[in-house]
Amino acid sequence: MTGSRKLLIFGGIALAAFGMLYGLQYALFVEHQTLDHMGGSLAQSFSAAAGRNLVQSQAALGQYGETKYDYVRQVDAHSHWIGLAMLMIALGVIFERVNFKEGVRQLVAFSLLAGSALFPLAVILQTYHHGAMVLKALAVVGSALVISALAAIAWGFARSRSTA
Amino acid sequence: MPAIPRPMQDSASFAPMNSARVFSPGFGPGVAPSFERMSARRLYIFGGIALIAAGLLFGDIFAVFILHQNAARQGEALIAASRAVAAGNTAAVNQALGHLGSVLEDRGTKVDAHVHMIDAGYLALLLALVQPYIALSRQTKKSLAALFIVGGVLLPVGIFLIHYVGLTGSPFAAIGWASVLADSSGALLIVVLIIQAWGFWQYLRSRQLSEPELLGFELPAEDSTPRRALLTGGTILVLLGFLHGAYYAGTLLYEHERMETTILRRMIDAAAAGNLDVVTTEVNNFGGLAGERAVNIAAHSHIIEFGLLAMLLSFVQPFVFLSDKWKRRWVKLLLGGSVILPVFVLLELKLGLLAGGIADIGGLMVIVGLVGMLVGILRYSGGLDVAEGAQ
Repeated sequence: MTGSRKLLIFGGIALAAFGMLYGLQYALFVEHQTLDHMGGSLAQSFSAAAGRNLVQSQAALGQYGETKYDYVRQVDAHSHWIGLAMLMIALGVIFERVNFKEGVRQLVAFSLLAGSALFPLAVILQTYHHGAMVLKALAVVGSALVISALAAIAWGFARSRSTA
Repeated sequence: MPAIPRPMQDSASFAPMNSARVFSPGFGPGVAPSFERMSARRLYIFGGIALIAAGLLFGDIFAVFILHQNAARQGEALIAASRAVAAGNTAAVNQALGHLGSVLEDRGTKVDAHVHMIDAGYLALLLALVQPYIALSRQTKKSLAALFIVGGVLLPVGIFLIHYVGLTGSPFAAIGWASVLADSSGALLIVVLIIQAWGFWQYLRSRQLSEPELLGFELPAEDSTPRRALLTGGTILVLLGFLHGAYYAGTLLYEHERMETTILRRMIDAAAAGNLDVVTTEVNNFGGLAGERAVNIAAHSHIIEFGLLAMLLSFVQPFVFLSDKWKRRWVKLLLGGSVILPVFVLLELKLGLLAGGIADIGGLMVIVGLVGMLVGILRYSGGLDVAEGAQ
């Protein structure tokens, strides 16, 4: 088994297990409380408006927006880690058919692994620093690594008819 | 690790890519002899495809009978809450928003059950592919496969039940028994995965397989048209999905998040001012925004998942014991549905329920293609194992 395949299969299994562990701890310790907080903030916003306290209503609505911002990113990171991990394992099985030299294949595999780990991580970190440009840039770099690796793999497959 | 003797060659030692004309007499679903001692790989393949087909069917039923009705109930709850705000009735506000929370939980748990069932199926197919490199005993691998399939079934069942069981009889403040079932099943899947990773690590260290007769068998050398079509089509679908996701995240995600709080702000202000016409307009805007987000996310996730599914199915084609003609039919149906569903989900914003109906048909096409392949796998008797092992 070549190094690039090892990287993709082992990295994929490890990333899938990590993504699932992250989802499990989130479901156990954070998700229910977050959903309660999200619903509670929205209810508080409407209730305050019913009491004609528009300042409190606006503050509660702001809390709702921030909680939802975090929730969406936590769920997205969990699902993207596992989804990208599955893609890595699947590609690892057939990576010999990507018709590049092993050195290039290792570079592409590393790019896919790095992007798959980095992109969801940057998304999660945004929940601690809302709107931080550096984290958005990191997420863009991560997703660019994944997309460019996938484009290279597709190109490698297209070249592979004669050389499996 | 000691080698396990090569299995005795059974009556099914034909190449699986042969046409249906060479089926042995009496060979068919339920009678194939080697299914009496189903290997870990076959458990993963059969269980994985069954989980994916069941998850897709559940998603289709959800889309047809629940999704749009649920969206309408969300709008009704928001209108009721706004009217309560206008009347200054805090108790009625809480009641309406409690109802909204229940409606959202109903939708969310069904979407999660759909996604987790399909993803567990994908993982099962992936684990089937790497089994030759998991340096564990045959019996351990088989037990792990059974545990994985059990976890893959119970996890979405637990998620589905969360809305109905709630906190009934639960000793916890926020977690009900259905959540406990779902979380325990998720933990079971994680444990199986960690053991598989350990087995793979053992292989990397020792280079010894527990089933050496499967050496070189991780990807049977069939190079058929259905297999190439699934691999190429799948890669293209995944790439398109990534590009769409990047476009959505870059241009629409933050704008949609900002618009949601803006619309809610205008809705609440209008309700406090007693202007129910504006409230109705804003509730409609809120529904439109939710719809736009939902179709973009659904198109993104479905096109990638179908792409991955096509790639995975390309690997298991040698185990689909059907004639090439039927294999091609199922592949065309599956790839056609994989394109139709996400494209028409996106078009739902412009074409309305007509596009939704066509998207549902696309989903049905994928399900029929999958079930067709599943039938082919049921007809597979293990001949390929023996043929490859004999080389």
